[in-house]
Amino acid sequence: MIIWLGLAGFGVVFFSAAMMVVFLLLQRKAPSVFRDIPALTRLRQAVGLVVEDGSRLHISLGHGAITTPQSASALAGLALLRRLADLTSAGDQPPIATSGDGTLAILSQDALQAAAKFSDRAAFDPTTGRLTGLTPFSYAAGAIPAIRDENVSANLLMGNFGVEVALLTDAVERENAFVLAGSDNLTAQAVIYACAQEPLIGEEIYAAGAYVESGPLHAASLIVQDILRWLIITVILVGALLALAGVL
Amino acid sequence: MNRKSLFYTAIAIASSAIAIASGALVLAGYFFTQKANGQTSLLTQIRLTLLNWAIILAGFAIFIGIFSMLQVHFKKIQGKQKGSVYSLLLVISLAATFLFGLIKPGQVEIVFTTFQLPVESSLMALLTITLTYASIRLLRRRLNLLSIIFLVTALLILLGTAPLPFVGDLPGFSDWVRPFIAQVMAAAGARGILLGVALGTLTTGLRILFGADRPYGGNR
Repeated sequence: MIIWLGLAGFGVVFFSAAMMVVFLLLQRKAPSVFRDIPALTRLRQAVGLVVEDGSRLHISLGHGAITTPQSASALAGLALLRRLADLTSAGDQPPIATSGDGTLAILSQDALQAAAKFSDRAAFDPTTGRLTGLTPFSYAAGAIPAIRDENVSANLLMGNFGVEVALLTDAVERENAFVLAGSDNLTAQAVIYACAQEPLIGEEIYAAGAYVESGPLHAASLIVQDILRWLIITVILVGALLALAGVL
Repeated sequence: MNRKSLFYTAIAIASSAIAIASGALVLAGYFFTQKANGQTSLLTQIRLTLLNWAIILAGFAIFIGIFSMLQVHFKKIQGKQKGSVYSLLLVISLAATFLFGLIKPGQVEIVFTTFQLPVESSLMALLTITLTYASIRLLRRRLNLLSIIFLVTALLILLGTAPLPFVGDLPGFSDWVRPFIAQVMAAAGARGILLGVALGTLTTGLRILFGADRPYGGNR
């Protein structure tokens, strides 16, 4: 039984990977058009504003440890950090990244260093990628001064958060700055919906890369996500109908 | 291409190759856990070894992260920036906790139960007010049907959860409305969102395995 379950899981992953390759090749012929996500449209405007007014972009990556499944949202945030660091390289000040996990802090420093190397900016400042605390609340308490005191005009909260994300969004509101927030945690999503100007719900957090043109594979992965979603919907509906009919 | 950039390119290729190979092995180890005779497979043993290495590295990363945090706060103190008093307090607290841990390693949790826990509980209490205020502002920020449904649902759940003075549980709300919302409607919605998150996690992982997202090595 375990062997069959393993094979089924491998099949799903292999099928998804194969579809990503197919859509990657198709992307080169005809780029895809995605539905409008207002939060991500406003993100582009906010990033443009950061460059224009010489302020800073702040990305908060949450506290999902890299060895846990919760790290996927932070990895999506890191990919976005790298892309946005490139986009804001013409600005006066480099972006800052805060996180609640040591590994994420090092990875954010690495992403910011790479972006600094590719731009003509002066020497890289390692304190732009920082650990602010190791527990959820100490992390939030440590990130608030970054939002408040470092001339930040746009904030992205993308990663694994809990209810403490409300403290961050509240700090942003007090500064009249832009905030886009998304998390893989359900409780955090409910809090974000109530507190953030621009919430990302469900899997929208993983789609952000495709919307800021991080690369054709991001767009291909988004199409694969849509196809898999329809497959799951079909399986659930067929399963429910079969259960109603007494077959299952 | 000069020697330095050649070196960086080689590092980037090597780090990508190691990350992709490690990721593929760990993933395969999850799917093929047993041999046909029921014994643990070689892939699972490799997966466990790699994960143990990752846990050790993550431990060192915390250490480096704390140094990075100290660097930020020392910079604030030196520059006499806004809030540098709090930075000083953080550095002193960190040093005191570290020394206490060295002197009495078995009792270091006292620091957390005496200081950290009450402070975090206070922040949690503060959060109640923050969330209440945010809910009130929600209609001003986004006046649409979804926001109204969100607030009405929150109110119904509160009415069904909190017993009123002299009345106790509200009949109908506690025994029917709240369980129906929490166990039927919210559970269905939550499962839908979780399925979406799972699909997003899968494609994010695949992008890293393909080397399109490289949160390591820096270079493109």
